[in-house]
Order: sequence, then structure tokens, then C-alpha cells
Amino acid sequence: MNLDYTDEQKAFRDEVRAFLDEKLPARLVEKGRAGRAFDKADHEEWHAILNERGWLAGNWPVEFGGTGWDAIQRHIFEDEMTRAGAPRIVPFGLAMLGPVLQKFGSKEQQDYWLPRILAGDDWWCQGYSEPGAGSDLASLRTEAVREGDHYVVNGQKTWTTLGQYANMIFCLVRTSREGKPQEGISFLLIDMDTPGVEVRPIVLLDGSAEVNEVWFSDVRVPVENLVGEENKGWTYAKYLLTHERTNIAGVGFANAGLANLKRIARAEQDGGRPLIRNPHFAARLARVEIDLMAMATTNLRVVSAAAAGQAPGAESSMLKIKGTVLRQEINALTRTAIGPYAMPFQSEAVEGTNEEAIGPDYAGPVTAQYLNNRKLSIYGGSNEVQRAIIAKSLLEL
Amino acid sequence: MNFDLSDESRMLQDGLRRLLSDRYDRATRDAARDAPTGFVPEVWAALAEMGVIGALFPEDAGGFGGTGFDIAVVFEELGRAGAVDPLIDTGVLGGGLLAAFGQGDMLEGVIEGSVQLAFAHGEPGSRYDLSRVETTARRDGDGWVLSGRKAVVVNAPAADHVIVSARTSGEVADRDGISLFLVPAGALDIRAYPLVGGGAAAEIALDDLRAGELLGPEGGAFDAIATASARATLAICAEALGLMETIRGLTTDYLRTRKQFGQPIGKFQVLQHRMADVLIEIEQARSAVINLAGNIDGDDRDRHVSAAKNLIGNAARLVVEESIQMHGGIGMTEEYDLAHLAKRLTMVDHRFGDTLHHLDRFIALSAA
Ligand SMILES: Cc1cc2nc3c(=O)[nH]c(=O)nc-3n(C[C@H](O)[C@H](O)[C@H](O)COP(=O)(O)OP(=O)(O)OC[C@H]3O[C@@H](n4cnc5c(N)ncnc54)[C@H](O)[C@@H]3O)c2cc1C
Repeated sequence: MNLDYTDEQKAFRDEVRAFLDEKLPARLVEKGRAGRAFDKADHEEWHAILNERGWLAGNWPVEFGGTGWDAIQRHIFEDEMTRAGAPRIVPFGLAMLGPVLQKFGSKEQQDYWLPRILAGDDWWCQGYSEPGAGSDLASLRTEAVREGDHYVVNGQKTWTTLGQYANMIFCLVRTSREGKPQEGISFLLIDMDTPGVEVRPIVLLDGSAEVNEVWFSDVRVPVENLVGEENKGWTYAKYLLTHERTNIAGVGFANAGLANLKRIARAEQDGGRPLIRNPHFAARLARVEIDLMAMATTNLRVVSAAAAGQAPGAESSMLKIKGTVLRQEINALTRTAIGPYAMPFQSEAVEGTNEEAIGPDYAGPVTAQYLNNRKLSIYGGSNEVQRAIIAKSLLEL
Repeated sequence: MNFDLSDESRMLQDGLRRLLSDRYDRATRDAARDAPTGFVPEVWAALAEMGVIGALFPEDAGGFGGTGFDIAVVFEELGRAGAVDPLIDTGVLGGGLLAAFGQGDMLEGVIEGSVQLAFAHGEPGSRYDLSRVETTARRDGDGWVLSGRKAVVVNAPAADHVIVSARTSGEVADRDGISLFLVPAGALDIRAYPLVGGGAAAEIALDDLRAGELLGPEGGAFDAIATASARATLAICAEALGLMETIRGLTTDYLRTRKQFGQPIGKFQVLQHRMADVLIEIEQARSAVINLAGNIDGDDRDRHVSAAKNLIGNAARLVVEESIQMHGGIGMTEEYDLAHLAKRLTMVDHRFGDTLHHLDRFIALSAA
């Protein structure tokens, strides 16, 4: 047992730090710290900087233009990124579609789409969920019917994150009604500029507009855009879902959130002393921190096993649950910490206007973040679904 | 022992429930959200006409109610409808302070629905501490000069008069030495904004303001402030209870109708158990409101205030988080009714002391 990074890993970490020091635009860090949403241009700017350094595709092999990092290196990189306050790498093309194309796509698809992902030519979004198919994704009904050298797509996707920025969507569509529902699903790449595609924003309860409905009416998609084989899409989607996701615990986000919470709790006064000295508040804070210290190691244990070649299975379910619940608790404690200043609706936090914050600067985004992060335990496989996976595959119940 | 409402209370409850279910449609809520005051004047007029404001005051103050149970009945119904009208501010707090200091004429206007009030007490550094007042007032000729900052003054944007607390003597956290001033709203420099979950508030900057008259005894306002805050805490606890009941209804309906894996999600035992816990905590919240309502004029009032507010803060968080979670993505959308109700219920913890504040206070009062 040895909890330290190797010298090589430490050198890598220093290299990442130096890069971030030099290249991460202060403007973006400030924006993130103020709790304002990054827009399309912000993400594109940061992606381009990373791409120039060759560090945009942390989980791609070198042959496709990726870094070829192992799980530990990826972990170090992600950790340093969150520590520095960098915008997260938008996952849809890089973390989700890329690996699927690399494993199941044709040579032509790989040659065409992968470089475009790196160059930022396409903005991808994920079209899985439907109004009637959430946890029970296999019941999806958006239909693709083969007509000559096209598929004709009809149906509706929903909850499509950042679909408003996207020009491409990768979809699970129904191509057969025979056999089990999982057996009639295909994986299709759809150009969102095709006639018949319509995107409508969904406003979330914090006022943000990050998700959308996407409607398809008689959308013609060339058959070249089918990934792999027809009716095998479920296998590809599952590969994507279980594809090792080192960052699923969100340790870096939790650490950053905890540091922010402590800063606020030191600044807030409660009965003539800093809030952080209130024993009941301090107890809740300590419980979070204790849990987080252990989770960071649980995460590293899974990461190390992955670096040694073991594909994590239900362990990522464990990390997802613990990580999301911890982050949500940090959000709730932060809301408690700002007291009555949780009440103003601070639209600048949501809409990015330049009005001066009401109350202390740090209060602006807190309530919106608390509300918005209720999503963490819903999306990416709800925490109930994750528990069922643990029960089945780790506990064999 | 009898846990039934009196006939009068029941009539008030029925009438108010009908009024609000007729009046509080989506369009009203949207209009309230878009109004700078955070509410719709027609609804306010209808509440006044029905006698809802009068029900908050005893007969000797010109009302026809004023017991803890009257307050509880009214606010539970407001909560049930997700109403955003400033009845706590103009009625319980503002009206309560006017009644305490014999301002019958203005109180009549409040009860008729023609006067709006706000109570400017909290300050940027006071958190939930009722005696922590840094704003000062000093005599100047036959008037007063006010200096300081007031934070998150709910209903200030609509108020005709603002009751401002200020220190006329003593140290920053002393109970003695706090005075109240009745200030015409037009004299104030306010920065108004909407609130999460509805309504509106303002930051108020008092820079040597020469306006307003002393309300009540110089330096001796604390007890009246504590009483008004205790009654306002009862009101917001009852409102929270009503919000929880409506949220529970929405969520159970959803569990019955939303199908995944070929069956209603309410058939999944894990969700059944969690919904059962939600129900238990809402019943606990109801009992806490009853305890507080029954003790609002009694010797053990403050312990009941803290017990109720602490319990309801915890229950509210459970109800909000579980109901959103069990709705899945739909529970995150602004368009669905749950969003408004959940946000309003979440904000309950940020007024009149949160669970933490009242835990500390309950411990201190119980040890005494
Ligand atoms: C902010 C946000 C962003 C999203 N982004 C995307 C995106 O980019 N692309 C995309 O395709 N999807 C996206 N999603 C959709 C997300 O994956 C779904 O919301 C999620 O799968 C849950 O589905 P649902 O919302 O239909 O809830 P439901 O499946 O209807 O679930 C409702 C409740 O029932 C529970 N439940 C369901 N089945 C069971 C069971 N068998 N046992 C116990 N409990 C159960 C759930 O856990 C939940 O609590 C996003 C969602 C959100 C909120």
C-alpha cells in the first residue's frame, strides 16, 4: 500500500499545473467562480486551447488523436482542471460519442467525425431520453424507417443537454419492433440542420435553459450515418454507459464546492462569531468533509484498478451515488450558510447579466446551484437505478 | 381534547380554499411573478373582502380572530394554493406591530386591504438574530435620523409604509434599546428584486434619513418584535404545511400515473417506502403547527416556535428533495407546478430562522 503518486505521476501533475497556470483564461475562471453559465463561445475557446496542447481527448487512444493517458493520468488531469476552476470539457462528442465510434464505427466514420470533434467543427448532443422512456430507456419509440439509402426518422427526444448549441445529435432510434425492446434499437447520427428537426428549450426550475426537446418529423438521414449494425444500438449505448468514467464521482467538483463553502462559512457571521464556529453547522460540515476524504480514496481505488486494466462495473454506480449525494449536501449547506440572502432571485447568476449581486458576492449563484444540482441524482441513470445495479451485480440479490 | 376546527374556522377554511382554487391559476401566478410587487392586487382585494386579513387580528384590534388557530388555518390554505401574497408582511408582521402600539386607523386600512406594509428589521450581518440591530436612530429636533442597512425586506416594493427597527441605545445585540419607526415608503432608497418562490423584497439603504415617526416606546420594542416574529413563524410554518400537502398530492398522483418498465413507478417498493416517510414527516409537521398554534400566547411560546420551525425546516427539505427526485426530469422543469411549490417551500427555511438557528435556540431555551 502506498498512497502517493509515483515520481512520474507527480511530474505529470506539475506539467498540467504549469499549463493551466499559463493557458487557462482568467476570464473563464472568474465566470465559473461567479456561478455564471459558460456559453458556447466559452467552451469552444477552452476546447481549442486544450486541443492545441493535444490534451482535449483525455480518454482517446493516440491513434485517434487522443492523449493515450491511463486512468491515473486522466484522474490527475481532471483533478487539476477542477482545482484551477477550468470549464469542464463538454462530454458529448469527446467522452461519449468518440469512444463508440472508435469501437464500433466504420473507418470512414472514424476518419470523418473524430477529427471534427477535436477541431470543434461539430457540437454534439445526446439523444437518448424520450418523454416516455427515461429510466426505462429501452422502451424508446423514436422510429427510423429505411427508405432506399436513407432512414426516415419520426419522434421526439427530450432533456437534450445543450442541444441549443448542437449541430449534430447521436440518437437511439427504433428500427424494429421484433423480439425484446433492446433488440430493435439502432445508433444513428443526425445532422440537426436537416429539414424536420426542431429544437425547443425547456426552462429548469432555477431559470436556466440548458436542456431541450428535439422533435423529428420525416427527417431524412443518410444510411452512412448508422453506427455499426442495425438493431445493435443498445449494445453500443451500454458500452458508452459503462465505458469507464473516472470522473463520475466528481471529487474535484466536491472539493471545489467544499472550499467555497468553508470560505463562505468563515465570512458569514452568526451570533457574533463566524458561522464556521457554530458547533451544529461545523458538525454538518465535518461530516461532509470526512465522507469526501474517504470518497476521494474510493475513487482512486477504482481508478487504479481501471489503470491496471480492470473495467469498473457497478463500482461506478457506487461512486455516482456517493458523489452526487455529497455534492448535493454541499449545495444545501452552502444555501444554509448564506442565510436570508438565499431568497433573492439573482438572475445575473443564471442569465449572465452584469448587475451587481444582492448581498455578498458569493451569495449570487447559491440558490440556483442548489436547485439545479437536484439533477445530479436524476440524470446519467438515476440514483435509484444505480442502487438496483449495485444490488444486482455487487450484492447478487 | 379536540382537534376539530371550530365552525367559524371551518367556514373560513372552506371559503378561502374555494377562493384560492378559483383565483390561483397559472395566469395569476405568472402575472404575480411579472409584477414589480410580486403579487396581483385583485387577489389581495378578494382576500381582504373575504375577511382573511381581519381573521389575523382579535376584535379589540378591529379584526375577528387573531388566535393561533386562525393564523394556522389561513396560512395553510395560502400554502396549499402556492399563493405569494404578502399576508405575512402586511398582516402578521406590519399589522401585528401596528396593533401592538395602538395604531388603529392605519390597521383599519390594512384589514380593508388598502394599505401595504413591510417590516425592515433584518440587516446584512444580523442573520436570524432578532436582537442584533446595528441601524441607529438619533434625535434631531423633534424628529429622528436613521442610519444603516436593512436586508431582504419582503414586500418593501409594494409597501405604503415601512416599519424600520433601529437602535436608540445599548450595544449591537442588546434586547433593550431597539425602537421602531413608521416611515412612508416614498422617503426610502430601495433596491427592489423578485424572490425565489415568488414575492418581492428590497435592500434598504438609510443614509441619515430624516423621516418617520417613533412607533411604540423608545428603546422598548423588542418584545413586540419577538411576538410579531413568533406569529409570523407560525404563519410560515402553516404555509409550509399547506405547500407540503399539495406537493404530496402532486407526487402521489405522478407515482400512480407515470409508467416505466410497464408499470406505474408507484409500484416500485423503494418509492413507496420513501413516499411513506414523506407522509409521516408531513403529519409530524402538522402536529408541530398545532403545538405552536396552541401555545402562541402561552409561556412556553418560544420553545414551540423553535421546535416547529426546526422540524418544519427538516421536513420541508425532505419533501422538496424527494418529490423532485421521484418525478425524475419533469420535477426539474419550471413549467410543471412542482417547481414553484418546491422553491417556495425551500425558501421557508430562510425566513424567521432556519433549522440550525432554531436548533441552537431550542437547546438554549430548554437548558434554561
Ligand atoms: C438536467 C438534465 C439533463 C439531462 N440530459 C440528458 C441528455 O443530454 N440526453 C439524454 O438522453 N437524457 C438526458 N437527461 C435525461 C435523464 O437521463 C433522465 O431524466 C433519467 O434517465 C430519468 O428518466 P425520467 O426523467 O424519465 O424519470 P423516470 O424514469 O420516469 O423516473 C422517475 C422516478 O422513478 C424512479 N424509478 C424509475 N424506475 C425505477 C425502478 N425500476 N425502481 C425504482 N425507482 C425507479 C426514478 O429513479 C425516478 O426517481 C437529462 C435529465 C436532466 C434532468
